[in-house]
Amino acid sequence: MVSVRSIANTPSSLTPNDLPWIIEHREDRCTLCGKCAAVCPVGTLKLAYMRKRMPQLVLSSSERGSSYKTFVGIRQSTEVNKRCIGCGTCAMVCPNEAIHPVQNAERDRFRFLNSQQGEPAKRGGRRNDPGASLLDRIIFDRISMLTDPALDAGRHEFSCNTLLGRVLPPEEYVRRKLAGEWIPPVREIFPFVIGSMSFGALSPNMWLGLLQGVAYCNEVLGIPVVMATGEGGCPPWVLRSPFLKYIILQIASGYFGWDEIIRAIPEMQCDPAAIEIKYGQGAKPGDGGLLMWFKVSKLIARLRGVPEGVDLPSPPVHQTLYSIEESVMKMIQTMSMAWNFRVPVYPKISGSTSAKSVLNNLVRNPYAGALMIDGIDGGTGAAYNISMDATGHPIAANVRECYLDLCAQGKQNEIPIFAAGGVGKNGNVTQNGMALIMLGASGVHMGKFIMQSAAGCLGTESNRCNVCNIGLCPKGITSQNPKLYRRLDPDQVAQRVVETFMSIRTEMKKVMAPLGRSQSLPIGMSDALGINDKDVAERLNIRYVC
Amino acid sequence: MCRLAMKTASEPFSPFSVLQAMEAMQEGYDGSGLGLLLRGLKFADYKYNAQDPILSGIAHTEEALARLDHIMDKAGFTLKYDHEYDVKKAMIEAQDRHKYILRVYKKPAAWSKLSTDQVEHELMLTRLALRADGEAHGNDLTAFSLWPDVVMAKEVGWPLDIGLALGLDSGRITSRICMAQGRQNTNYGINLYACHPFFIQGVATMTNGENTAFIPIKDWLTGRAYPGYIGYQSDSEVFAHILHYVTKQLKLPLATYKHVITPLKNEELTKHPQGDFLRGLRDACRRLIIDGPNAVIGTLPDETSMLVMDAKKMRPATVGGKPGEWAIASEMCGVDAMIPDRDRSKDFQPMREHTVIIPPDRQELQIWSQFDQLPIHQAA
Ligand code: SF4
Ligand code: SF4
Repeated sequence: MVSVRSIANTPSSLTPNDLPWIIEHREDRCTLCGKCAAVCPVGTLKLAYMRKRMPQLVLSSSERGSSYKTFVGIRQSTEVNKRCIGCGTCAMVCPNEAIHPVQNAERDRFRFLNSQQGEPAKRGGRRNDPGASLLDRIIFDRISMLTDPALDAGRHEFSCNTLLGRVLPPEEYVRRKLAGEWIPPVREIFPFVIGSMSFGALSPNMWLGLLQGVAYCNEVLGIPVVMATGEGGCPPWVLRSPFLKYIILQIASGYFGWDEIIRAIPEMQCDPAAIEIKYGQGAKPGDGGLLMWFKVSKLIARLRGVPEGVDLPSPPVHQTLYSIEESVMKMIQTMSMAWNFRVPVYPKISGSTSAKSVLNNLVRNPYAGALMIDGIDGGTGAAYNISMDATGHPIAANVRECYLDLCAQGKQNEIPIFAAGGVGKNGNVTQNGMALIMLGASGVHMGKFIMQSAAGCLGTESNRCNVCNIGLCPKGITSQNPKLYRRLDPDQVAQRVVETFMSIRTEMKKVMAPLGRSQSLPIGMSDALGINDKDVAERLNIRYVC
Repeated sequence: MCRLAMKTASEPFSPFSVLQAMEAMQEGYDGSGLGLLLRGLKFADYKYNAQDPILSGIAHTEEALARLDHIMDKAGFTLKYDHEYDVKKAMIEAQDRHKYILRVYKKPAAWSKLSTDQVEHELMLTRLALRADGEAHGNDLTAFSLWPDVVMAKEVGWPLDIGLALGLDSGRITSRICMAQGRQNTNYGINLYACHPFFIQGVATMTNGENTAFIPIKDWLTGRAYPGYIGYQSDSEVFAHILHYVTKQLKLPLATYKHVITPLKNEELTKHPQGDFLRGLRDACRRLIIDGPNAVIGTLPDETSMLVMDAKKMRPATVGGKPGEWAIASEMCGVDAMIPDRDRSKDFQPMREHTVIIPPDRQELQIWSQFDQLPIHQAA
């Protein structure tokens, strides 16, 4: 057999059928307005000339043949870096419903191309693990019936807040208060925190929208929501604004943006909600942050004190520190001192088997204000697929272990444990969060849920979109390009933030009321939890139900 | 639903009168058990010295009794009085009660060098040792209390029947305070220890309603590694331990108990004269916030009595009486039965902010509001 030389048949040649998303285009409806191609964030759509044969039925035998037609059509690129990401923006703008992406069940061929030029696949966004998460499967099964009538979520008063900051043992509190000694700062906050997403990762409009929404929750609705910045500093006007009190400033191993923050201290009108020192994150444990060059715009460059358009990788560790003990001594104490011991300072680590040792170290340090553990389902700005999909520790067991360890020492909630990683991954944000709280967390952080809920982020666990890292976010959420982020209206984001938190609060009451809890958050109330999996029940020390 | 009755009077009275009040409150109640605590004792056939510790419990077998004797001997206690209840065995449901114990001991001579705190600690450890011994031998020995001037009895059955079965109607024992609770544990297994009132170092409480915050509170108390914070066969036991923790370990005034179990809200604290202290206390004691619904009735070693509600106030309780004689009950008819000749218009049903305190002189009821200034100087 002779090979057909004119066909490019190399190991890396692809057809649209080999890509994760295939564009379905109906030429009969398409008016060739070109909107889809213009809006496509990855430039996969191209208008191309094509020629097709028009068979004609001719009865007389002397006149066989065809005629041809030349036309303009829309085609999908098969280049890997221009592959369709399934975001569906083309479908959103098409006036004639002529185009939409369809997920391809066959993806092996594409995986072969994942490491082109020796670079393993990277993405922004979320872990590719669709289906119900463990947290989704936990149910609240302790319902007050007769001896203790259930409460009315609509009418009774509920106290839904939690504490961020070190809580002294009562004896020690009374002693210090008597002696007039220092009492560690404690904040009363809403237990659902907008987790660390940096000003470089999010677009200015997204950031503004979140901040406006958070301020409204606090000042109008009395829901003390706080949000964390992530690495990379904070816009100077925010540092000098009264909104700073709703913001947890993050310092990470790259120290990006920290000189700005330190310089702003004398001009701050109020203290930040807390300082989070990032040692690790759920999406890429043991790896530093990475802001890819696409997103290092002029503004971001100025904020972080770096040149424009360069990759900004943070080292995987704080290079200046030798151990967690030293880190606690140096970083936590220094940060506390910078704000005159009025601001809770706490570390954020990745969910891992060493979480317990970090925790026990913190318990013995009087300045540590909390521990934030980010489990494997956490999202990120940019990470290698393998880190996001397969490195780290699921959050439920990790938090539970840490909490029970504290219980055994009689120190639970002295160091509040905050949990993140997959909270609201499938939309059940309150259920996920409350399950973690009843397992022992004092509160939870959520990232992608708030992006989806407040800004309509298109990303999913089945690797839809997830181009947050390259600054092409079709929604303008994670892009630094004004052409893109102007698509997002900050006011609308703010409104959605407020609506989201209002509904979380109502749902919290709907969980707490039947359990008969209203005066305090049911932290560690594991007798209210059940799961239909014996092994999980045993591991988490909760009830097995089926 | 539990029934609670408590009477405190300057003149000792028979516990049977309180059991009659329990009978008055019988409606809607299954009467499956009785717990009784007497304080300020007088015996018809023994001149009791109020300093001497009294052991209350049950030896279910002869062998258990022998072990009890041995343990007390070894600890250095001398038996001064062994009260024989006039037991009518046939009237008691459980058939394995060898002996109901009410014994007055003389403290070990070696304790004379110990401080009051140390003596109190030793008394608790001795009771716990007896309890542990019973548990190690198939629960054949229960030890409810070991404390001066306090007697406790617990049994399964209808309260009045148990009173008759133990001969409490004979007037041989009278006391200035009597706390009674009816109904065995409903949420967890039947266990004599699980019956109210709960006792630790002279502090005793009883409760109606279920404590929904039980598990986190229990976890925290257990973590204190304080030997007395054990048991928890009932979710209500933690109320006694929190009261003990607040008054004996934190050494805060009784009025603070309410602030610990049902703290004020932020808006309220900003207006409170000691808001700053109380807010810190709320944070530090956050794990001890009860969620109720509960009415908690308690007594302290100095014969102070008190009643508090949880913040939701979904359980009833009434207090009424006259100088020298007061009663608290979960149902109003219980108060009627205990002190019929009082001015009913002065009965009081506490709201969420109240602590009702009947001081040892029993002259008048103190109604203390959480919004009031606390009797504590460092916070002012
Ligand atoms: S779905 Fe998104 S990436 Fe795919 S063609 Fe449409 S706009 Fe482009
Ligand atoms: S919509 Fe934007 S933020 Fe969401 S996954 Fe796509 S690129 Fe990321």
